[in-house]
Amino acid sequence: MDSNSSPVKIETKNFNFFYGDFHALKDINLKVYENSITAIIGPSGCGKTTLLRSFNRMHDLYPGNRYEGEIILYPDGLNIVGKGADPIAIRMRIGMVFQKPNPFPKSIYENVAYGLKLKGIKKKSILDEKVEAALRSAALWEEVRDRLYESAYSLSGGQQQRLCIARAIAPEPEVLLFDEPTSALDPISTAKIEELVVELKKKLTIVIVTHNMQQAARVSDYTAFMYMGQLVEFGPTEKIFTKPTQQLTEDYITGRFG
Amino acid sequence: MEDKHLERIIYIRKIKSVLFLGIATLTALYGIVWLAWILLDVIINGIKFLNLTLFLEDPTPPGIEGGGLKHAFIGHFIITGIATLIGIPVGIGAGVFFAEYGRHSVFVKALRSITDVIVSFPSIVIGTLVYALLVKPVGHFMGISGSVALALLMIPVVAITTDEILKLVPNSLREAGFALGAYRWQVIKDISLTAAKRGILTGIILGIARISGETAPLLFTAFNNSFTTTNPLQPMASLTVTIFQYAMGPYEEWHSQAWAASLVLTFGALLFFILAKTLIHSRTRYG
Repeated sequence: MDSNSSPVKIETKNFNFFYGDFHALKDINLKVYENSITAIIGPSGCGKTTLLRSFNRMHDLYPGNRYEGEIILYPDGLNIVGKGADPIAIRMRIGMVFQKPNPFPKSIYENVAYGLKLKGIKKKSILDEKVEAALRSAALWEEVRDRLYESAYSLSGGQQQRLCIARAIAPEPEVLLFDEPTSALDPISTAKIEELVVELKKKLTIVIVTHNMQQAARVSDYTAFMYMGQLVEFGPTEKIFTKPTQQLTEDYITGRFG
Repeated sequence: MEDKHLERIIYIRKIKSVLFLGIATLTALYGIVWLAWILLDVIINGIKFLNLTLFLEDPTPPGIEGGGLKHAFIGHFIITGIATLIGIPVGIGAGVFFAEYGRHSVFVKALRSITDVIVSFPSIVIGTLVYALLVKPVGHFMGISGSVALALLMIPVVAITTDEILKLVPNSLREAGFALGAYRWQVIKDISLTAAKRGILTGIILGIARISGETAPLLFTAFNNSFTTTNPLQPMASLTVTIFQYAMGPYEEWHSQAWAASLVLTFGALLFFILAKTLIHSRTRYG
């Protein structure tokens, strides 16, 4: 966990976000390092999900939202929230896994193939190959290989969430955003997802929002602590959890509030 | 003393309960009795005149034995068929627009209310409207103007069902599509409509059932015809208008054919409703 060895993948510069008149994120300056896991923690309503959903411009889907400042995506230095940036292209580079498993009402195969088809891949043999690879990476292949054409809803909750991960990684994004991916799952499924997240960082960069501090401590390399729309403290996870510099961080981590 | 009081209260409540249940049952029976009466009446009067000639032959001049209502069956099929072909795409399109594009728009809110009103519009008004727009300028009645009138009745039914069903599709599904880099039209086509297809099909069937029994909008538009025609630019007979005409006519033969046609129409519509209900109840998780 050498903080200086890996290059920066995403950098927010004086980033602000508004839901209408509500100033939800205030001057966020944060670096996300490549091939590492960055956890964003903080009490409910602190803006951690809002920040995560800024990375792939999900706020564009609803009216009245406004970004200010910059979120730079490296290596090309694209400003994600800049005027010229195309949210569609960004979402193809930055995938997302949601809080509750949300597979499409399609077959298991079609779920994973959807992102590939959006990228224009039509050839059956290539699709087959990439779907299998994604399902293997999501540790789901062995469980579904004989039932690829069954409805995704025939899977259990934990399997559905792993299917959603397979669906997100199939188009080979550079960054994967996780929005409390285990909050709707039982402990065994949670452990599987956590294992998977750690495994995935070899291939891509991961940002994970979590309510669960043990989870942040277990899986992440860096931790950002947010409170009331501000980034209070950011650093290597070990340091945040053992020697936080801010009193607020310490209070939250030791469970004195939140 | 206390016990007696409590007993009394319980007793009164019991009586009230029985009373209300009784009233509810009676009102339900009131509806069912009329429905059963109509169905039985149609069956009893219609079934003895139900034969193949009814479907296969054109009418004979009054007074001459035999003849059927082939012209009305074919006309009815063509008129409602064209109406359905217009009504489905426009209705679904409007519903998709309401639910997917207009969620946060005041304009769409207003449109949606207007659509709600149109559903309960007197259908004869639609008929006169189409008369003014399509029949008067052309100069004669046409099957297709009947189709347009029926389509106008069908569109709001399909649009409202589509809108309601799409609103039931969880937003998290759409977000998953967007997060993969899909455009809005792709999310609608691949995700929302896929999730809602069964419900939309139900709306279509309800729409067809709604228009297949209409008479009023056809009187001023498709009018009637004593001969079989497949040209929608000609006046065209329909079952409903023919039943109306035959039932009012002076000939015994006409009356019996009107009964038989009523039977076919009633059970056709009933079949559609049963089909729609079955689809609604066999609904899976979404849609």
